[in-house]
Amino acid sequence: MPEEVLATFQVKRVSVLNENGSADLDLMPELSADQIWRMYQLMVLSRCFDERAVSLQREGRLGTYPPIRGQEAAQVGSAFALKADDWVFPSFREMGVHLTLGYPIPQLLQYWAGDERAQKTPPQLNIFPFCVAVGSQIPHAVGAALAARYRRDSAAVAVYFGDGATSKGDFHEAMNMAGVYQLPIVFICQNNQWAISVPLKGQTASASLAQKALAYGFEGVQVDGNDVLAVYRATKQALEKATSGGGPTFLECLTYRMADHTTADDAGRYRSDEEVALWNGRDPILRLERFLAASGAWTPEQGRGVKEEATSLIDRGVGEMEAVPPPDPAELFDATLAALTPRQAGQRKGR
Amino acid sequence: MAQLNMVQAINQALADEMARDDRVVLLGEDVGRDGGVFRVTDGLQDRFGAERVLDTPLCESAIMGAAIGMAAYGLRPVPEIQFMGFTYSAFEQLFAHAARLRSRSRGRYSCPLVVRTPYGGGIKAPELHEESTEAIFCHIPGLKVVVPSGPYNAKGLLLAALRDPDPVLFLEPTRLYRMVKEEVPEGDYQLELGKARVARKGSAVTVVAWGSMLERVLRAIDGYDAEVIDLLTLNPLDLEALLSSVQKTGRAVIVHEAIKTCGLGAEIAATLAEEAMLHLRAPILRVTAPDVPVPLAKLIDQYLPGPDRIRAALDEVLKY
Ligand SMILES: Cc1ncc(C[n+]2csc(CCOP(=O)(O)OP(=O)(O)O)c2C)c(N)n1
Repeated sequence: MPEEVLATFQVKRVSVLNENGSADLDLMPELSADQIWRMYQLMVLSRCFDERAVSLQREGRLGTYPPIRGQEAAQVGSAFALKADDWVFPSFREMGVHLTLGYPIPQLLQYWAGDERAQKTPPQLNIFPFCVAVGSQIPHAVGAALAARYRRDSAAVAVYFGDGATSKGDFHEAMNMAGVYQLPIVFICQNNQWAISVPLKGQTASASLAQKALAYGFEGVQVDGNDVLAVYRATKQALEKATSGGGPTFLECLTYRMADHTTADDAGRYRSDEEVALWNGRDPILRLERFLAASGAWTPEQGRGVKEEATSLIDRGVGEMEAVPPPDPAELFDATLAALTPRQAGQRKGR
Repeated sequence: MAQLNMVQAINQALADEMARDDRVVLLGEDVGRDGGVFRVTDGLQDRFGAERVLDTPLCESAIMGAAIGMAAYGLRPVPEIQFMGFTYSAFEQLFAHAARLRSRSRGRYSCPLVVRTPYGGGIKAPELHEESTEAIFCHIPGLKVVVPSGPYNAKGLLLAALRDPDPVLFLEPTRLYRMVKEEVPEGDYQLELGKARVARKGSAVTVVAWGSMLERVLRAIDGYDAEVIDLLTLNPLDLEALLSSVQKTGRAVIVHEAIKTCGLGAEIAATLAEEAMLHLRAPILRVTAPDVPVPLAKLIDQYLPGPDRIRAALDEVLKY
């Protein structure tokens, strides 16, 4: 018997804006000028939030914090495509997603300041709390997609994770299940190229992460993750496919973590200044500015205006966060179960 | 003798043993180039090469499962799980395979590995980074559980664990990593697993502690005639040390940072009730965390047993 080729495959990479900010007009997503401007504001807001959070941590006013610098396009672009009733399962590095969805700034800060109460996500958003155990949220998202389909809801599910998470069993089990049931879910991987000190090639031997989806029976697409328009376009399409019964999609947003892994990390130990400088040149905010400037929609003054507005929003958020009275030790108990166990009831009273 | 902190002492034990025994191989997330997120394995990849200090993908279950295969094959793997909270995703491998390999194969295979993981609270880190769930692991037959309390015993216990023929979970109290320096001998020395240490002599009450609680207990008992037992190995327990102290003092207070229900204190108290009932002059008290998940930074001080609660328990048993 001769050998036969059972499968060959192709994996697409999508980009709309090149590094100079000029757009491929055939691929331009349907967005009004106002919407693009809003995305720009959200990216700047995300950057300001991040810069402030890092400096608050340095001053001892926040605990360990994971910066998102460099990933604003992947986060804002994807979240901008979500509808109000979609379900969102973040990892711990999606502050740009939260800000895009209108998550309260004081509450975001309060969480990173170590206040448990901030884990209660706002009722108007179907968003799970930050997930620290890498990859463990991916099966939850699959479950929510199963439930959405069971209920005949029109909601889709988006789950966020990093490149490192694709090494976990949870990722593979969840992807497999989503493929088997053809669920309304979009897997959004922010491939920022590093899982703490381990680079992508220490995480996988495959040429792209996107192609992993093919083994599970659905489409995987690589997107230029520093291109907010491409990320928006790909996410929007995947969400539409999900809600119209087309099944799951895996999006690999190729981006870069420009800062340390967390404020407790020193990326200088494991990566070169040249690499970081190269990616600084691909800054997603600069790219959108260039695009807007080319059509006269952005000037340095307007840029400064957006930044000032963002700064004052963050200032206000920091003030409100720090005005929240500290938690009472009794709050340790209040949400562990619907009703306290007898022992907890005693402990809550100090016994 | 050099003054070392616990990070340096553990690093030295690993380096010495790797130099002595080429079967010893380290694996885990960020243990190589970065030297571990707490720098415990700093410099070891430079010295021993990337084949013996493996930066793995992010996959706790595979790290643990692969270590089992390496051990059965004849190596001495030392998997590092970055924080105790992430051992849970390796739990099936540890529970169902590492700890049972010897008995499942009726002695044909053994599983001599040492799982190292930082544990315990008080470092202002995110969720799952301050866990103290040692009791879950003590419930696994076939697994030894060791907790050092200072640089000197960390090195001696780790060297013993690395030469132990069975799997050992080596819990490193994160809060103590850089807190104190001690004289640590350069050469080879081992502290026998399963042996507790009398950290302070006394005659009115026995206080049992381990890991980072030991330091709190020693600060809290000023002015009390308390004998302090530092368990060092949590499974198997050093019953002899516990019984001989309690037979002398007639009172026992157990302090741990894990929650109360089904914590290791329950096992110790039950054992003392079984074996030393007639020597006891007071109820056995436990000072523990409340029965809630480890909180984030803002409430961690209220969660961890502090000196006031330890002294209150001592006052209580001394009333009898
Ligand atoms: C199960 C688990 N193992 C280890 C860790 C410690 N840790 C936190 S983030 C991280 C790297 C994550 O990399 P990636 O998934 O690429 O996401 P990124 O941090 O780059 O956003 C590690 C190892 C963890 N939080 N959870």
